[in-house]
Amino acid sequence: MRAHSYTVSTRTRTSTYAAIVAVCLVIAAAILPAFADRGLIQDLFFIFTMLVLAQFWNLLAGYGGLVSVGQQAFVGFGAYMLFGAVILAGWNPIAALLLSGVGAFVLAIPTAFFAFRLQGAYFAIGTWVVAEVVRLIVAQWRAVGGGTGTSLPRDARDAMWGVEWIETVFDVRASAARDILAYWLALALVVATIGGIYWLLRTKRGLALAAVRDNMEAAQSVGVDAARMKWAVFLIAAFGTGLAGGLIFLQNGRISPDGAFSVIDWTAFVIFIVVIGGIGTIEGPIIGVLVFFALQTLFADYGSWYLIVLGLTGIVIMLFAPRGLWGLISDKSGIQLFPIRRRLSGVERAGPSSSSMEE
Amino acid sequence: MIWVDTIVQGILLGGLYALFAAGLSLVFGIMRLVNLAHGDLIVLAAYLLLVIVTMLGLHPFVAALVATPIMFAVGYGLQRHVLNRVIGPDILPPLLVTFGLSVVIQNALQEGFSADSRRMPAGSLETASLPIGPVTVGVMPLLTLFTAIGVILALQWLFYRTSLGRAFRATSDDPVTASLMGIKPQRVFAQATGIAMIVVTIAALYLGTRSNFDPSIGPARLIYAFEAVIIGGLGSLWGTLAGGIIIGVAQTLGAAINPEWQILAGHLAFLLVLLVRPRGLFPRATD
Repeated sequence: MRAHSYTVSTRTRTSTYAAIVAVCLVIAAAILPAFADRGLIQDLFFIFTMLVLAQFWNLLAGYGGLVSVGQQAFVGFGAYMLFGAVILAGWNPIAALLLSGVGAFVLAIPTAFFAFRLQGAYFAIGTWVVAEVVRLIVAQWRAVGGGTGTSLPRDARDAMWGVEWIETVFDVRASAARDILAYWLALALVVATIGGIYWLLRTKRGLALAAVRDNMEAAQSVGVDAARMKWAVFLIAAFGTGLAGGLIFLQNGRISPDGAFSVIDWTAFVIFIVVIGGIGTIEGPIIGVLVFFALQTLFADYGSWYLIVLGLTGIVIMLFAPRGLWGLISDKSGIQLFPIRRRLSGVERAGPSSSSMEE
Repeated sequence: MIWVDTIVQGILLGGLYALFAAGLSLVFGIMRLVNLAHGDLIVLAAYLLLVIVTMLGLHPFVAALVATPIMFAVGYGLQRHVLNRVIGPDILPPLLVTFGLSVVIQNALQEGFSADSRRMPAGSLETASLPIGPVTVGVMPLLTLFTAIGVILALQWLFYRTSLGRAFRATSDDPVTASLMGIKPQRVFAQATGIAMIVVTIAALYLGTRSNFDPSIGPARLIYAFEAVIIGGLGSLWGTLAGGIIIGVAQTLGAAINPEWQILAGHLAFLLVLLVRPRGLFPRATD
């Protein structure tokens, strides 16, 4: 056998096209505020931020095997860090956004310390308890409104970096300019999130992560430090979730403990997005968030019925198509837009005909 | 003296939490399934009792007798047709299905009964009280604690003295080998969930007669139940009772200091136990 005559690659022709299309879409999205009306910008802001939350939950559950139902802890805590820094320390809201991520990251350390003591399914409820604890403590924080919540001060909102510039360039009012700014930040966050997660999964660390998810004992036997991988994934997801939380409530302008730590808004919806789209893939949450947005636009007026339908859809998908819509599409067509499977090509001609190998 | 009273009230409240937890503990012990809809099933049972009480004009305790077979059937069917499909080494599918179920039950109840809070009248029992030593305790809370002890005794008997219990233990240890001995794991699981729903109905009886309830309170009951199970140690029913009592005492002590701290104090007690004894106070199972 001739040595080293092969190459390992993850890229496919489809993925190259997908990358080109993705770059075009991002550029189009970036210049969109010049043409689009405010409603569309707000809708896209919602889609982007939910997609960020979904990608991070998918990283946790789909790749890390850590099923958390307590991600609202990081959304809420991140958002409250931002409000605290703006209201109490007079920070510019855009600068305070970074504190959202850092604050959530710091909160994730004790959370992981407690929750990692619980195995499997109990981990899920453990994270939920931590989220409840954080909610109840924040509700006692009188300086940011206690149980009833508070609003971002008007002068702080007007002083946001970049708003004035957007006002003059696009010739819009301050409120529309703030939406455009939040939209751009959400776009940047979603691009960084998907790009970052895709990059992570293609590195050696990503391979280790997939190995831990598939079989922890086997992964450990080949030298993967499973505990460290889980810590890393949990902290990264908390950072990103906190940033998204800060951004969501920065755009919202108003915060309350019940809204910021809502298990339905920031965890249940996110789980349904990932499950419907397809867990354990990057494409899944993208499809999921579009389906979710369509369902919400069509049925949100029906209140409880909407949530019943959403819950039932999640159950049915889990029972009959556990890999979600993207799993169905991918199985039928073999398409992967963000391939992470390493394929071996260029093996010696006389060798066995199978020239590809899974991960 | 007020502290003695607070602690006694806490112990009695713990009885209610132990009832919430017993069903969760039972299902986990047999099939390693954590049902995230457990709290919502308790609330569902409470509404079922309310319907029976209002439609048939029965006393809640009699209504519970009527509701028991219905809830058993609900549990049996749920396990047989839904949860059995997702049980396996991967914990993700059962978690996500039961989480979806939780959202569905909550919103279906909200649609059917509105978000108003309800309560079942229990007649003179509600206000009856007994002087025990230096403190006065309500008959209902006392009855709850005794019922919790009774339920745990009954479950112990079922587990260790009956052939069904032997089937439960065998399936729990190794479903494949158990099925070689003529046990059908799928059916055993369905029976276990059915029995858990009987316990849920009993818990709902006390939940609904002692306090107000509305469709949204399920998740909080799940969390209390879960905390009691973890504090007690997985697989130990008496541990679950102890866990419930610890949560109950922590909550009443917290509330005595500041009413807003009631729930928080319970959670903090749980985290404290998790810190000192990660496997609970009376661990038995090794999973």
